Amino acid sequence: MVKIECISLIGGIDKSGNPENITSLDIRKGEIIGIVGPTGSGKSQLIADIEQLSQKDSSTRRQILVNGKVPSPALRNDPRQKMVAQLSQNMNFLADMEVRDFLRLHARCRGKDQISTDEIIQKANQLTGEPIKPNDNLTILSGGQTRALMVADVAVISESPIVLIDEIENAGIKKHEALELLSGHNKLIMIVTHDPVMALSAKKRIIMKNGGMSTLLEATPEENIVSEQLTGIDATILQLRELLRNGKHIRETDLHNLPQSLLCKEENASLTL
Amino acid sequence: MSNQQNINSLPLIIIAGTPGAGKTSILVHTIRILKSANRRPALVKIDCLATDDDIRFAKLGLPVLVGLSRDMCPDHYSIYNLDEMKEFAQKNHADSLIMETAGLCHRCAPYTENCLGVCVIDSTSGPNNPGKAGPFLSCADIVVVTKGDMISQAEREIFRERILEANPRCYIVDVNGLNGQGAAELAQKFQSFKAGSSGEDKLRHNAPFAVCTLCIGEQRVDKKFHRGLLRNMNGCEQYVGE
Repeated sequence: MVKIECISLIGGIDKSGNPENITSLDIRKGEIIGIVGPTGSGKSQLIADIEQLSQKDSSTRRQILVNGKVPSPALRNDPRQKMVAQLSQNMNFLADMEVRDFLRLHARCRGKDQISTDEIIQKANQLTGEPIKPNDNLTILSGGQTRALMVADVAVISESPIVLIDEIENAGIKKHEALELLSGHNKLIMIVTHDPVMALSAKKRIIMKNGGMSTLLEATPEENIVSEQLTGIDATILQLRELLRNGKHIRETDLHNLPQSLLCKEENASLTL
Repeated sequence: MSNQQNINSLPLIIIAGTPGAGKTSILVHTIRILKSANRRPALVKIDCLATDDDIRFAKLGLPVLVGLSRDMCPDHYSIYNLDEMKEFAQKNHADSLIMETAGLCHRCAPYTENCLGVCVIDSTSGPNNPGKAGPFLSCADIVVVTKGDMISQAEREIFRERILEANPRCYIVDVNGLNGQGAAELAQKFQSFKAGSSGEDKLRHNAPFAVCTLCIGEQRVDKKFHRGLLRNMNGCEQYVGE
């Protein structure tokens, strides 16, 4: 197995055929990079390029180097040697088979036969509402259950030094827990997101525009404060979501927790500056 | 070199795959790359009843020939007309011949021993499909997997494993028919392919047994009208006829 220290994204062209603003970008292990931009701006294509370790052979003409070198075809194709785990935007499985068989087969593809499928299902069930059963057919799972199972599968079976995540916030699964499950120590993580909480939790973010990598922004100290405040707001919203899901009425006081917690955070944050 | 030898040294690439798998789309992307590398392949599209793929091919500015097999088995038709296709390619100063088959019943494979056999298979057809696909997959040199962007990474990996179970020696290329991702790798394989040397070319796989009475126009359903080699669902096989 090749040890990943760094991957390099060598810029290609945008949708108009013009060179990308970012001509070269190194990402090191341990880094979390956000990818943001309007819908259709090329975010998913960027992580598809990384998943495929494109060699100027995709529509974007980007090249991906691993530790500064062109990766071998086996690294690109052989699941047993793959170093990229990808959670795509898909909300459905198309494979017509039972959950347990699917996980077993996938574990075999990745050369990890010893992995317990029950453990993966249990991890998935921590992210979703109604539990997934081992003998459920994949195609009957709901969008949220599917997403949760995909997250657990990527985290355990596809466990790789590079993790690509496309819109973890969709399908109503517990995004923070999901992200935690996927992250792990010292991995190189890229997150496509429309969610300010997710976007600001990354130290750096790539701004996509018209299919090209337009700018690389580093989170400012002020953004770090905002990020903490946002996390508070987000926790309140998630709380409300759970109350609604469980058939409760919402009271004004449920919301009132919010400004107070925010206020505290703000004071603390300014002090640390 | 005699004309016949000339014809035999023309690299022949045969593309097979299920309807809707994306044969034409991936070919258009691949041929564009070949063209930009100053290659000049001739293109032949075989279909059963009708096709408009020749219009897509014609936009590439290369010689295009269409064959409709009509009442004849399309794979038999394409093999029977190989000489005509090669002559067409030669007359048009092509440096290779790429033939896209209609390929329907999956019990035979259209590849000859001397050709580069390319099977196109749709990954959304599910992980059980490669095992059912038959000789057009198991005899192929290259298996092109399409629509990979529509399924999860795990499903893609399982699909790949299943292909290798059906055909352990094949080379697998993922190609996206919409944006052409992966087509460069396929074009590279086309470019480096040299025609096989065996003088008398043969099919890699035999076609299904003989001719049945339905093939020659019988429409009546009752058992007593059926002739030829007949297989009952209980496993018994018998020959009925003279």
